[in-house]
Amino acid sequence: MIKTDALVIGAGPTGLFTAHQLKLIGLNCEIVDNLDKIGGQCIELYPDKPIYDIPAIPECTGEELTKNLIQQLKPFNIKFHLNERVDEVKNNSGSWHVKTNKGTSFITPNIIIAGGVGSFEPRKFAPKECKKYENKYLFYAIKDKKIFEKKTVTIFGGGDSALDWAIELSKNSKINLVHRRDEFKGALSSVEKVKELSKLGNINLFTKYQLKSLKGNETIESVDIEHDNKEVKSIKTDFVLGFFGLIMQLGPIANWGLNFDKKTINVDTEKFETNQKGIYAVGDICNYPGKLKLILSGFHEGALAARACFKLARPNEKYRFEFTTSSKAIKDRLGVK
Amino acid sequence: MAKITYIENSGEKHIVEVQKGLTVMEGAVANNVPGIDADCGGGMACATCHVYVKDEWFDKINKKTEGEDDMLDQAYEPKKNSRLSCQIQVTDDIDGLEVYLPEKQI
Repeated sequence: MIKTDALVIGAGPTGLFTAHQLKLIGLNCEIVDNLDKIGGQCIELYPDKPIYDIPAIPECTGEELTKNLIQQLKPFNIKFHLNERVDEVKNNSGSWHVKTNKGTSFITPNIIIAGGVGSFEPRKFAPKECKKYENKYLFYAIKDKKIFEKKTVTIFGGGDSALDWAIELSKNSKINLVHRRDEFKGALSSVEKVKELSKLGNINLFTKYQLKSLKGNETIESVDIEHDNKEVKSIKTDFVLGFFGLIMQLGPIANWGLNFDKKTINVDTEKFETNQKGIYAVGDICNYPGKLKLILSGFHEGALAARACFKLARPNEKYRFEFTTSSKAIKDRLGVK
Repeated sequence: MAKITYIENSGEKHIVEVQKGLTVMEGAVANNVPGIDADCGGGMACATCHVYVKDEWFDKINKKTEGEDDMLDQAYEPKKNSRLSCQIQVTDDIDGLEVYLPEKQI
């Protein structure tokens, strides 16, 4: 059980800056995020797209913004729990007991939800029969590529994951690559490599096709794919892989007894506290009159929520407002002279 | 104003008047049409305002810009007539537009 003054859920820009504010005022904190990397939507959805409305930064990409926020957190040595989703939140005599899907547990007086639009999960195939084969013969991520050796693998998708795995697995497996349109959105070099492998006969390319149904009993035997013009083809396969990117789902947050307005959590604008004492929501996931879904708003909300955490984490101390330009205590925390 | 018909997967129709200058997504959200989530708020950064445009209208609305098809790859059950409704501009020319909503957005 990890004891911390505050647990931040979400490692997007708002979560990162909130952690910065917590550490700056002398509280400790840890961060949990379901993605395998730091940055949230900025890194998953628009790493290369420029952002023009971060105060004092005329232009930066999602990736640059994330890098700078990580740099700003450097002095604090914060523990990140990536690839973990918070599943359970329970109150036990005034403190919160938190558990992730990997079994990590925390005890804390403060939870700050900086969860954006929820957690990223892989987009799955629509046909109902797919569920039955999931994680046995049908995957949305690859853990052990050895199981595909000498087998036929049918890959669906047109982005980097689909292309990279098609190229990699074509070395030892028979590959079918199916995409719903002619253009691929992956790196140009990968697209060219796939086309070359397709000419050599190492990859069978099916474009303008989508999965219609899966056939099989215990194992998958074949897939039916349908062309834009409704023509249906049946192809034999041992494995099916789907790489349609990640979608955002609210996930377990919905079960924590919080006051929701559609997919956002209602908070006050003094502490950004929810209807549960000691649970705060900041950034895109919070809602209040006048709420703007801007990164800069998330920064403001995180700064205020961090001050609110102080009261519950240090009930016998008084929080004193200080500037980073003049406070000796803050400079010590930052390790500057 | 343009009259836009949003047809839910169940067949239920919502006919609303949308001010020009808005997007088809905004028209739905402002009029409480269910079935359009628009998680990212119209930034073409998600695929939760996905609609199928009635065939005869597909060529009359503004064309897709770069990136929309990439996002549509992530939509639920994309088809040839799929669009992100946040990218469809409401003008006088699209008065009468009909769009079908997918079974779900995520």
